[in-house]
Amino acid sequence: MSNIANAFKNGKAFIPFVTCGDPDLETTAKIVREAVANGADLVELGIPFSDPTAEGPVIQGANIRALKAETTTDKVFDLVRDLRKDVTIPLVFMTYANVVFSYGGEKFISTCAEIGIDGIILPDLPYEEKEEFQPICDKYGVDLISMIAPTSANRIAMIAKEAKGFLYVVSSLGVTGARSEIKTDIKSLVDIVRANSDIPCAIGFGISTPEQAKAMADISDGAIVGSAVVRIIEQYGKDAPKYVGEFVGKMKSAL
Amino acid sequence: MKMTNKNGRFGIHGGQYIPETLMNAVIELEEAYNHYKNDPDFNRELQELLDEYAGRPSGLYYADKLTRTLGGAKIYLKREDLNHTGSHKINNVLGQALLAKKMGKTRLIAETGAGQHGVATATAAALMDMECVVFMGEEDTKRQALNVYRMELLGAKVIPVTSGTATLKDAVSEAMREWTSRIDDTHYCLGSVMGPHPFPTIVRDFQAVISRESRAQILEKEGRLPDAVIACVGGGSNAIGSFYNYINDEGVKLIGCEAAGRGIDTFETAATVNTGRLGIFHGMKSYFCQDEYGQIAPVYSISAGLDYPGVGPEHAYLYDIGRAEYVPVTDDEAVNAFEFLSRTEGIIPAIESAHAVAYAMKLAPTMDKDKIIVVTISGRGDKDCAAIARYRGVNINE
Repeated sequence: MSNIANAFKNGKAFIPFVTCGDPDLETTAKIVREAVANGADLVELGIPFSDPTAEGPVIQGANIRALKAETTTDKVFDLVRDLRKDVTIPLVFMTYANVVFSYGGEKFISTCAEIGIDGIILPDLPYEEKEEFQPICDKYGVDLISMIAPTSANRIAMIAKEAKGFLYVVSSLGVTGARSEIKTDIKSLVDIVRANSDIPCAIGFGISTPEQAKAMADISDGAIVGSAVVRIIEQYGKDAPKYVGEFVGKMKSAL
Repeated sequence: MKMTNKNGRFGIHGGQYIPETLMNAVIELEEAYNHYKNDPDFNRELQELLDEYAGRPSGLYYADKLTRTLGGAKIYLKREDLNHTGSHKINNVLGQALLAKKMGKTRLIAETGAGQHGVATATAAALMDMECVVFMGEEDTKRQALNVYRMELLGAKVIPVTSGTATLKDAVSEAMREWTSRIDDTHYCLGSVMGPHPFPTIVRDFQAVISRESRAQILEKEGRLPDAVIACVGGGSNAIGSFYNYINDEGVKLIGCEAAGRGIDTFETAATVNTGRLGIFHGMKSYFCQDEYGQIAPVYSISAGLDYPGVGPEHAYLYDIGRAEYVPVTDDEAVNAFEFLSRTEGIIPAIESAHAVAYAMKLAPTMDKDKIIVVTISGRGDKDCAAIARYRGVNINE
């Protein structure tokens, strides 16, 4: 069992997402430390990609800002090396398959293991294509995180049985971004997972308020919040760490 | 030659690199396609649409004056420009729209670069009583304003895409995003032999009509197969359609013409096979223009239809095994060919197709007079006149 399991030992998990390098890597480091200090149980670190096809406008904007600031995969690795001097909670990367593939799967994943990254989320790598990186992830003990969506239906059991680390449950159709209402019957998705696996489930996409986070955490093991965090960073820039910290504290205490 | 294997792989290329949200949609599409492609009623209906509505078969025209002017191999033009809506795009769209209709979908979404695929999709949607939304890079809506008007005239909604470079790749990304948000009633009518399986196979099969016809036509006219088949390549749909039925004919050279923009030694190029490397993007493994960290490059070509940083997986495979070659053609060469074909044959080709003409102009004089080249004119050039005039510094006050 990887370090990721520890994220789910402190009650319901709160998992914020940040795009590394938005607005710059120094600020990202401060944001992550503030999030940890305020109760984040796991942090998703986004490595920016030029064409993030699973993201809504808010996180697309973060990717553009981070690339404009000349963020690269190697610089993100350095950020993690710095964070690991004092941050002990699980950290996972969220990026796109080409970022890993282009760097060299083995080189990327072995570096993850070396610097203390516990898992990788690739929204454009479904079950059918996970062989691309799964054997390498197994070799280096890095969890390749699986996702299920409201449209997964007959695929849920198959995905859950082989899932590693935690299962990312996509709450709604469409791309990332805050939603006023989450209509999917997520509980029934989680029930199918529970019947097939004891993997922790965290729900993401569309969650922005403490009420939504609590409702989602009540029916799973945790809530993932991306766009709402990124919007704070977009608004406050270099001054964002304090505000993100406050937001994380508020969200965690609501769970 | 059996080209496709598990999960739609062409050698190492292809696959299904898409969000989980879309997986059941592409599986459902594959099942429906596998059913209907062998269904006699479906095929009869499609053939009738192609013949009666789209105006097929398209002619294989012997370009006598062009041949004599260049003084080498005999040049035949496969006239996809004469199809209804003015390009080869209608072949694929009629097939997909009919399939979507059989699947119970009521809404088509599409990406478009030059606007030809968008116009074809809007046309099929009008004919088949379906709702239609087309995503088009904002940059391209300016380059191809006439096609925006045509789509709207046909009842489609055109959404200008402002993300990224505001060109074809961003239109594809946005159409994919839209599809993840609305799957039940919506079919993504992908316009090229790209994206996740089964799209490269479906689009290829619907475009294969080009070489099915041209092969029979050249055999009838010349009693033999051509020595070379030339077509332009962006994603690669007209090229794969032009090549497909010759793949097993080893004596037929298959040549794809990529948009080199300002040259393959510059960053302002879209010549994927010549300048890109292996990657994973837009649902497929193939060759892509990208930087050392895998960030997709902001490619450039005068042609909005070839202005794409990737190439279809089957082309990547044909390149790997040496069955087809892919040559770069610059903006300048394409514009010269656009003008040259207009003057010599009275045929104004799409600027995309002019890339294929440009290479034929180089190749033909190096070949003997008893050799034969077939060049696919994938579309007509009316849509490009304003842009070419601008390129030449002429203000036509459009």
